[in-house]
Parts: sequence; C-alpha cells; structure tokens
Amino acid sequence: VAGPEPGAGPTPEEEETEVTNPATTVEPPTPPTTSVVDERLADVSLMTRVLRRPELGALLAAAVIGLFFALTADPFGTLDGAANWTDVASTLGIPAVAVALLMIGGEFDLSAGVMTGTAGLFMGIMATEVDMNIWLAILLTLVFCGSIGFLNGFMVVKTKLPSFIVTLATFFVLTGVNLGVTKEITGTVRVAGISEASGFDTAFDIFGGTFWEPYDFRLSVLWWVLITALATWVLARTRVGNWIFGVGGDPVAARNVGVPVPRVKIALFMTTALASALVGIMIALRLGSMQAGQGIGDEFNYIIAAVVGGCLLTGGFGSAIGASVGALIIGMAFIGIQFSGWNTDWRFLFLGVILLLAVLVNNFVRRSAEGARK
Amino acid sequence: MRRVLHYVLAALLVLGLAVFVAACGDDDDDGSANKKDDVSLTQGRDLTIAVITHGEGDTFWSVAKKGAEQAGEDMGVTVKYSESANDPQKHAQLIDSAVTEKVDGIATSVPNADALRDPLKKAADAGIPIVTLNSGQGDSAALGAITHVGQDESVAGEAAGKRLAESASGKLLCVVHEQGNTGLEERCAGAKKGFGGEVENVQVKGVADIATSVTELQSKLESDDAVTAVLTLNPDIAVAGRDAIQGASSDAKLATFDLSGDVVKAVKAGEIEFAVDQQQYLQGYLPVVFLTLFNTNANTVGGGLPVLTGPGFVDKSNADTVEQLATEGTR
Repeated sequence: VAGPEPGAGPTPEEEETEVTNPATTVEPPTPPTTSVVDERLADVSLMTRVLRRPELGALLAAAVIGLFFALTADPFGTLDGAANWTDVASTLGIPAVAVALLMIGGEFDLSAGVMTGTAGLFMGIMATEVDMNIWLAILLTLVFCGSIGFLNGFMVVKTKLPSFIVTLATFFVLTGVNLGVTKEITGTVRVAGISEASGFDTAFDIFGGTFWEPYDFRLSVLWWVLITALATWVLARTRVGNWIFGVGGDPVAARNVGVPVPRVKIALFMTTALASALVGIMIALRLGSMQAGQGIGDEFNYIIAAVVGGCLLTGGFGSAIGASVGALIIGMAFIGIQFSGWNTDWRFLFLGVILLLAVLVNNFVRRSAEGARK
Repeated sequence: MRRVLHYVLAALLVLGLAVFVAACGDDDDDGSANKKDDVSLTQGRDLTIAVITHGEGDTFWSVAKKGAEQAGEDMGVTVKYSESANDPQKHAQLIDSAVTEKVDGIATSVPNADALRDPLKKAADAGIPIVTLNSGQGDSAALGAITHVGQDESVAGEAAGKRLAESASGKLLCVVHEQGNTGLEERCAGAKKGFGGEVENVQVKGVADIATSVTELQSKLESDDAVTAVLTLNPDIAVAGRDAIQGASSDAKLATFDLSGDVVKAVKAGEIEFAVDQQQYLQGYLPVVFLTLFNTNANTVGGGLPVLTGPGFVDKSNADTVEQLATEGTR
C-alpha cells in the first residue's frame, strides 16, 4: 500500500507531481512523503492513510463475507472450496480490473461483457471452421477485439458523446453479430469442437488448465493475480498511472499539464477489450465450445466489482486491487450461496443485499476517513 | 472519537482475517478427516442430492424444480436445486462446487456436452453418481451417468403422428419454428413415421414474430387443400396455428407439443385435439429418487436406456385436471 494517496490531494495533478517527481512535494497540500516537514502540511496518521485507501472497505467486506460463509457453509473454507470461488472471481476479476482503470479514467464500457462472447466465438470459428492453428486464432482474436476497443475509444474521443451511449451501441451490435454470425456459419447457437483444433493442448495448458494438484485451482486465478498486480503497479508507480488519474479527475487540467488525453482514453478502452477477450479465450478453451449468448449481462458485474472496490462513478478515484476484491466478493457470494443450499429463487436478492452491504461498509469507512482529515 | 473508531475498525479487520485464516485451516482438517469416514458412513448419513439445470426461473423449469423438491421431501434427502440460466460456464462451475461439497448424487441437464464433460468427469472420478435429465440423452452414457430422464423427441413425435392419424388421414403439416434445432427436426421425422401419410415440414418465422408466423401458415393452408392435420412444436405457435386454421377456414386438425394456459383452454374448447406433454415434473422428481436408491440400495434404473417422461397427452378428457394442476405448479 505504498502508492500515491488518490483521495488525499484535492486534484489528481498533485499526485502526479508527487510520484513522478518527489522533489516537488513541497506543494501544498500533499501528504508528507519526504522527511522534510512543512508547517503547511497536516500530520496524517498511518491509520487515517490506511483508511483512505479505496479498497479497504471492500477488503473488510470480503473478510466478513468470507468468514460468514466459512463458518456457515461447510466446504467453503477449505482449499477445495476456495478453488471454486476463486475460479468464479477470476473470470470476473480480469475484466473488472481493466474496467476499474477505465472508470478511473472517467469512462464506461458496456460492451465489456458481450466482448467475452465475441472473443470466444471468433476464436472458435477461426479454429473450427477455418481450421486455423489455435495460437494463430488467439492472436487474431486479440487483434480483432483490440480494434473494437480502439473503435470504442476513438468514437468516444472524437464525438465527445458519453461512453455510456457509444458502448451501449457496441453492446447491441456485438450481441446481434454474435448470434447472427454464429447461426449463419454453424447453423446452431454455438461453436463446438474447439478441443479438436491443432495446438489446443498447449493453449489449454496456459489459459484453461489447473494448478496445485489435489485442489485444482484454475490457471485463470494466476492470470487474475498477475493482471491485478500489473494494473496496480501501473497505477501507483508509472507516469501512465498518473495520466489515468488525471484524465478521469479533470481532463482539461490534465491536458494543460501535457497529458495526451485522447491517447490515454483510447488505450484504456483497448485494455478493457483485451481483458474481456482474454477471458473469452479462457472460457472457450475451458469449455471446448462457445455459446452465442455468452457474457451478456456480465458487464454489470465488472462495473459492480469496480465500484465495490472503491471506484467512483465520476472517475479520478479508485484502485485495481479494489476491483479484484470486488470480484472476489461476487465470486464468494455466488459459490457461498450454492454451498449454503439457500433457495436459488432468491439468489439475486442475496447477491444484491451482499453487494449493497459491501458498498455501504466501503462508503462508511471512507466517510470516516474523510471526516478525520484536517 | 474518530481515533477510537479507527482502532475499532482495525481491530475488527485483524480479528476478521485471523478468524478467517483459522477457519480455513480448521475446515481443511475436517475435510481430510471426512474423507476417511466417507466409506463407512454413507449408509447412515443424510444424503444430499444436487440438481442443476440450465433453466432461468421460467415456467417450464419451476415445475421441474417443484418435482425435485417434492422428491427430496418424500425420500427424506436434502435437495439443492440450482440453475445456470443457460450459461455453460456457470453450469460447469455449479457442478464443480457440487463435487467440492461431496454431494451424494448429481442430477443435471446437459444442453452442451462439450462444456460439462470435464466437471462431470471430475464428479465420476470422485465416485459421485450422475443422472442426466431433460437434454443430453445421446451423451448421457458417455458422460458416465446411470441413466437419462427425459423425453425422446422421435418417440414423442411418432406417438403424436400416430394419434393424429386416428382423426385425420391425408397430409400432415409439421411446423418448425426454429432453424437448426435438431430436436424439432427429430420430432417431425418421428411424426412422419407415426402418421403414415404424407408429411411436409414448413418453416415459420418463429416465436419472436407470431403475427408473421400466422400469415405464413394461413397462406400455406389456403394454397394447399390437401392438408388435413397440423402439428406445431411450441405452445405459442400452436395458438398461431389455431388462428391460421380459422383464418383460412380450413378443417385441418391441430395438435401441439408442450403446454401453456392458452393451449389447455384451446384443448378444452376443442380447437386443439391434444397437446404432447413431456411432464418435466418427473424430470425433477425421478432423478432424486434414482440417486437416493443408488446410494441406499445400489440400484441402477434404466438398464442403460433412458427413462422416458413423455409423451404424456393432454386432451379433452384430462384438460380440466391438468389445468388445475398447472395452477398448482406441478404440470
């Protein structure tokens, strides 16, 4: 937790200067990060700084929910059970981290869910109908989805329309294309037989398989941890990370200090599309087939995970770890409810209440921290 | 005050994490201990059966769910019913979590055998008996299931054709409302076998556009006097078929697959001869019974063949009873 204090400075630009150039921290009112004590700076206790982290509330909520299910639903607390709920969390968490970056950058992507279906179907059709080697198919899929992400970003930047509208259009287009093209080519609503494609075994071992023998954790969990760490590093330690905060916090000010706003936004949309594509590829390899309706509705889970993890809907604030913890909460709730044997008619009610509680805890903790600020 | 709050929160966090970690450790120990006891305790222990379908809380599956829950009550076993909303990945994860729970039996629909092969293999490797239901008859044995509980489409089609032939000889129109759905093609092929006379498959727009489907059927009936019977494969299309027959002033007899409130009413009014019912209540009920018997008495039902829940017929003679049962949610 040694990164910048996103919530501490009034504008993101100060964080930028704080990290990229520690020598300029004499500017008020940045928190003290050097040993030089400035009388204009308030003394902020370590506790308050911890409480101000965007992901703390989510961590607390995750601990409470995890504890609850571990005590009430039998195999939840075992490593076998953990393999189940981390699996659900990982395929949500990978796009959720990218969506969190995008939201910190001040934009939405409603096509992130259906993109997983597009990616899996595209790869499946390339591998089964065109008889392509699976690795080539994966590469083409990433290029294809990346360009859709580019188009999303390009349209948002050029038209200045809200990304909510632009990506909603993309959502509908992809939903229609997924079903239409799949039925046109295969005659059914799914692409099957992916496991017979050449190169499948090696691709499966990297994207679809399991690790840690008796418990069989999914490899997607490793990918998820890796991507979360990478995104956290980018946000906290690189110039691009500061650009992202700046673009989301105040694009005009960001441009004035030399941030390439359009490029950052387009790159964020492409990152989101690629993260979704990665999950689509994983699902297709894992299942050996892909259904045309895959992923529709998941975009909300990604956004919820990011918000539970401390992202503001208005941009400029949030964390990648938080989004991952948010995904973890959704995954734990999904499998926990299953283990508990609660009537599944009510599943969405339980899920809704758990998420609401998580957001409330998050909010309460952050408010307390904000209130404690001098 | 705020400082106090901070420490309380910190204490909570630390405590929470500590207990969580401890709980993980504890349960893990229990898990390995359980494994050893499993063999000897199976007989005397309460049984848990997981029933997993690709439903989405819809009318059809809520009936199957009722069946599964009633069976749980009747057999004195715990039934955990869950639905994947036709998401194959979720379906696989639900089976995975049932395996982790070490349930005593898994009953699952198999709409997509590719996606469920791995998790079901894991279940079989863990010694959990499997029964497939509703869809997946062809893959059932290869997936290691004891048996399949469902309706055989061609058997049901044949029975429907035979029954239509009793009241109408000549030419049968089999109305296909979804392109590329092999189940529907099987029903028509079966109907051809049972009907004996000439059978023509006609493709209509489908459930999403009933008005166009009615027009298509009506013009088909007006242009072809030879048609004496119409078989629809969906309750909504059945209602469209009735409207088309009335619109074309045709005398063709109408029958349909599957039930709806409108269909039962039309059967009572004599507008539809009969409806083929696949009795999905049984598809929820029977797998629980079979899996319980497998656990308590090592029984296997079916002898390698599927157990058919359909075709059941709803006609004028039993429409009243079925209507009442439908309002109770078991038909």
